[in-house]
Amino acid sequence: MPKTLAEKILSEKSGTDAHAGDIVIAKVDLAFVQDTTGPLTVRQFQAAGLSLADPGRTILFIDHAAPSPNANLSNDHIFLRDFARASGGVLSEAGDGICHQIVAEAYARPGDVIVGADSHTVTAGGLGAFATGMGSSDVAVAFGLGRTWLRVPETFRIEVSGAFQAGVSAKDLILHLIGLIGADGATYKALEFGGEAVARMSLSGRFTIANMAVEAGAKAGLFPADAATKEYLKAEGRAGDYRELAPDKGASYEKQIKIDAGKLEPTVSKPHTVDNTALAKELKGTKIDQVVIGTCTNGRLEDLEVAAGILRGKQRKESVRLIVAPASRRVLTEAIARGYIQAFIEAGGLILPPGCGPCLGLHQGALGDGEACLSTANRNFKGRMGNPNGFIYLGSPATAAATALTGEITDPREVL
Amino acid sequence: MLKGRAHKFGDGISTDHIIPGRYAHLRSNLPELAKHVLEDADVNFAKKVKHGDFVVGGLNFGLGSSREHAPLVIKMAGVSAVLARSVARIFFRNAINLGLPVLICDTDKINDGDELEVDLAGGKVRNVTTGAELSFGRIPAVMLKILNEGGLIPYIQKHGEFKL
Repeated sequence: MPKTLAEKILSEKSGTDAHAGDIVIAKVDLAFVQDTTGPLTVRQFQAAGLSLADPGRTILFIDHAAPSPNANLSNDHIFLRDFARASGGVLSEAGDGICHQIVAEAYARPGDVIVGADSHTVTAGGLGAFATGMGSSDVAVAFGLGRTWLRVPETFRIEVSGAFQAGVSAKDLILHLIGLIGADGATYKALEFGGEAVARMSLSGRFTIANMAVEAGAKAGLFPADAATKEYLKAEGRAGDYRELAPDKGASYEKQIKIDAGKLEPTVSKPHTVDNTALAKELKGTKIDQVVIGTCTNGRLEDLEVAAGILRGKQRKESVRLIVAPASRRVLTEAIARGYIQAFIEAGGLILPPGCGPCLGLHQGALGDGEACLSTANRNFKGRMGNPNGFIYLGSPATAAATALTGEITDPREVL
Repeated sequence: MLKGRAHKFGDGISTDHIIPGRYAHLRSNLPELAKHVLEDADVNFAKKVKHGDFVVGGLNFGLGSSREHAPLVIKMAGVSAVLARSVARIFFRNAINLGLPVLICDTDKINDGDELEVDLAGGKVRNVTTGAELSFGRIPAVMLKILNEGGLIPYIQKHGEFKL
């Protein structure tokens, strides 16, 4: 029977002929935690009396509170470093970058099964890995057994035709889709993307879309591994990790959704749910106090390039703070070399170290009471950025940069 | 038979409502962390909840982050089960892994403060206050095996392996 990408990967990794609805035990090719889920994972791992199945493919990332803002989190970091040293697991230190970005740059391969104790683990679906977020207990067991159980998900096929207009990007596409199907529209399902717009899309855009699959409830957001994937892996010095991967013709989909990329416009999620979407132009006049450009959704070089292109030689509106957080050390280094960082600083922005930044309300840009933020992140839940009395809007890097110039939500096509 | 009072919440209760990221520095100090359970949904919840009570949500309960601390602090509050019309995938798996039952049923028929009796084996919820009887969907077999051992870690301690 023809297979979806999810069925193909999970068949291979479980050694069975797996179809949607089956329960399989799959080999795990990469398992990781970050600093807010890692300590519990390690304690569960120790309680279960396990040892690492594959230390070189077990990663402990310090990215959420990097560098640590207080003694408690510093002690959690010590705990993770000590565990890495004792177990042989790999430590990714504060400043290296966000787990999902480093997994994309350095670890994920097409056809892998990846589990991470972070819901945005789905990001690696952008290069054709079945990657999904789990809690600490599940990842602890994956650390030890090198296997996990999974229900093979039904798949929604998202067919994207056409080409984006100037000022419109992958972020607008995924916000539009989530607005269309809802924050629980794909619960337990896989989203599989294809079509001519996807074939032309860079890996950076694919990661943005896969990253937010979980915001529709999906277990995975999957892209084929194709010529663009091959180019990406080659540029990361991992040409040998490439393999072609595509769904079978005639695979069975629970739902098919067609989107014409050419008809999309800059899209924004309003507080406090991701599916509460509107067009940026409809929100003109909405005052914004802080703009954040970065995170695992949109902190890549291509995102910074777009934002720097809009901000270069201009000044942020005095009433808005502009925070830029590159997703990894590699992104930061290259952004410096290309002059993007200079452009942000000259435009009145401030640069955070590579990491999750203010996205989850731990540090580095928590909102004050009644303040509104336009962020390129993936979540705008109440309380997300450190304050239940804050208001978070989500948009693309172009929308964020345009908004930094005007101090109100702005359709980037107005400033291009 | 589980007995307790319902604490009713609306649709879309996220893991940020359940345990906000701003308390991440307390995640290695669980008794302190647990004082903030569901704080951004009901600031008085931690004071009101009694041992054996139920958390009752609407649609898509527990969406968002993979933090297992979300079901963990609910369990630490003494809650005996979470009832919801639907539940987010990672939260569901995390709750079962901690031995906290999650029951999918028509929670529109439950009001805040109602007395409930839950028959886990029989799949029934009786609303003692209103007299309504609800049935909940079966927990998938693999998750039931994990739940019956008290969670994933006790399951692995006992079996050493997934035995589906």
